[in-house]
Amino acid sequence: MSSSNQTDQINSNVYDIAPGEFDQGMTQGRKMFGNVMTGLVLSCVAIAVLPLASILFMLLSNGLVRLFQDFPSVFTELPPPPLVDGGGFRNAITGTLLTCLLGALISVPFGVLTAIYTVEFGQGNKLSQFVRFCTNVLSGVPSIIAGLFAYGIVVLAMGTFSAIAGGVALSVLMMPIIIRTTEEGLKSIPREVRQGLVGIGATNFQGVSSVILPASLPFVATGVTLALARAAGETAPLLFTALFNQYDSRGLREPIATLSVLIYNYAIAPYKNQNELAWAAALIVVLLILAISILARSLTSKKIY
Amino acid sequence: MTPSTISHQETLIESSQKFNAPRLIDRIFFWLTVALAVSVGLILLWITWSLLSIAFPAIAEFNIGFLFSQVWNPVEDAYGALPQIYGTIVSSIVALLFAIPLGVGVAVFLSENFLPRKILTPIAFVIELLAAIPSVVYGMWGIFVFIPFILPGLQAIYGTFGWLPFFSTQPSTRQLFATALVLAIMILPTIIAISRDSLVSTPPELRQGAYGLGATRWETLTRVLVPSALSGIIGSIMLALGRALGETMAAAMLIGNSNRVSASLFAPASTISALIANQFGEASGLQRSALFYEALILMIMTLLVNMLAEVIVNRFQQVE
Repeated sequence: MSSSNQTDQINSNVYDIAPGEFDQGMTQGRKMFGNVMTGLVLSCVAIAVLPLASILFMLLSNGLVRLFQDFPSVFTELPPPPLVDGGGFRNAITGTLLTCLLGALISVPFGVLTAIYTVEFGQGNKLSQFVRFCTNVLSGVPSIIAGLFAYGIVVLAMGTFSAIAGGVALSVLMMPIIIRTTEEGLKSIPREVRQGLVGIGATNFQGVSSVILPASLPFVATGVTLALARAAGETAPLLFTALFNQYDSRGLREPIATLSVLIYNYAIAPYKNQNELAWAAALIVVLLILAISILARSLTSKKIY
Repeated sequence: MTPSTISHQETLIESSQKFNAPRLIDRIFFWLTVALAVSVGLILLWITWSLLSIAFPAIAEFNIGFLFSQVWNPVEDAYGALPQIYGTIVSSIVALLFAIPLGVGVAVFLSENFLPRKILTPIAFVIELLAAIPSVVYGMWGIFVFIPFILPGLQAIYGTFGWLPFFSTQPSTRQLFATALVLAIMILPTIIAISRDSLVSTPPELRQGAYGLGATRWETLTRVLVPSALSGIIGSIMLALGRALGETMAAAMLIGNSNRVSASLFAPASTISALIANQFGEASGLQRSALFYEALILMIMTLLVNMLAEVIVNRFQQVE
């Protein structure tokens, strides 16, 4: 008993430090450092969330009023000229849907087949590494450059601004998203499935088309919806490709109105009615993108393997 | 031959014919995917080439002097890109100055367990939403909400620090500094998402080791975790820079489109993409060509930044 007490005393005095002296002297400063940093980080989060809260609040307060005031007419009427009250953006809604659809028609087959090469056939060889590099670089190309590209290859060739040119411009922006998510989906298929396919003598095409691609379909769908969400909000690539149209467009070879270009034109216009319509259109676009993104999230959760 | 061998041979022939079609389809399918995969690279070349071919008259006319000239005069067909190059780079750098500390701070917050997961997940989702808002909506928000809101503050800065060249003009309602702030908000999600991923994917042994040596949470973060995730964080910053350089709508709506290089951040300015968005509609001939020349400069700038980002992020993935 007494001996153990003695060893305790000896042990505690080995470093010649009174109990508690060490941690009091040092931790005060260290604790403060920690608290200050935690405070800083929390204020960072507050500052980051604030603009979003403000944007959502303004969208709801300005957009909802307009949507409720002229409820059906906003969706059924054409955009108003300056100094005219009322009006809506039915042509812009159909235009946004149409250009996004055209973009998807081009970029989906392209993106999915490219991803099939890099994951199924290339399997990390030089070419597939190069393709992945190009995909990432392509996703960094500014959206206005995609617009100028479509202007150069479609508008100049056809001699007119058109929905097709808009779709081409959007497809350049959608492609990297679709390639990446499809790659993820293909990679998520377990090795045993591929071994089984080889075992029953399926060719690559049979295996990919009847088993592997259907199994990774949730990922492909996620990629497509994410790409659509991006395309629905893009303005810069449409400015010189789809242009704008005050009226309903009668074909794919004509200029076409889109919600995003309508927001741009009407937000910088000096007329109050047009500004209000821009807020209403912005609310519609953001809600559309939100709905698509939430859909994308719920799709990924339906994994098959 | 006995009947059995004939039938055997027949089935062999039959089966080889049967299997020919799938083989062929398989070959075609393989080469189709190869062709499309290669064309992703070709599209990049095609984009550059199509810009180059339309820009060619302007390149021949103005040569390299285009980069250093401040004139933009459609009447006399004299063009120069200096104000736009300056505005593009300065607005992006000022945006980064605000977005880096904010973004890394939020990334650290989201990668640690300051709050229970139940609260963290919605916060992460809300910040992801920032990326989903179209840039034209940011532009409109800037016009009607943000600039009127910060203008009094900028006036105060002008009042006290007006002797500094950066703040030497009366804050204008369309100006470079406010545009850069909106750009900072827009590139935040890029920095947050990738920095957070690289912080989360640091090996847990690092944290355990640091805690074992008696380091506090923040000592671990600042001296161990953030340095080990640094290449991912730098990659995210480069990607964000690429996005800020090419951002069009917010800049076109907020920056004021003045073709002068002004030292003051409170003065109107211009960026390459804003100039294109504003002038392309009425441009033709040499002016359109000059706009494509500017686009080519922007393309080269963003390509370099993005390739660098790609190399840095790849290195971080390999280390991992």
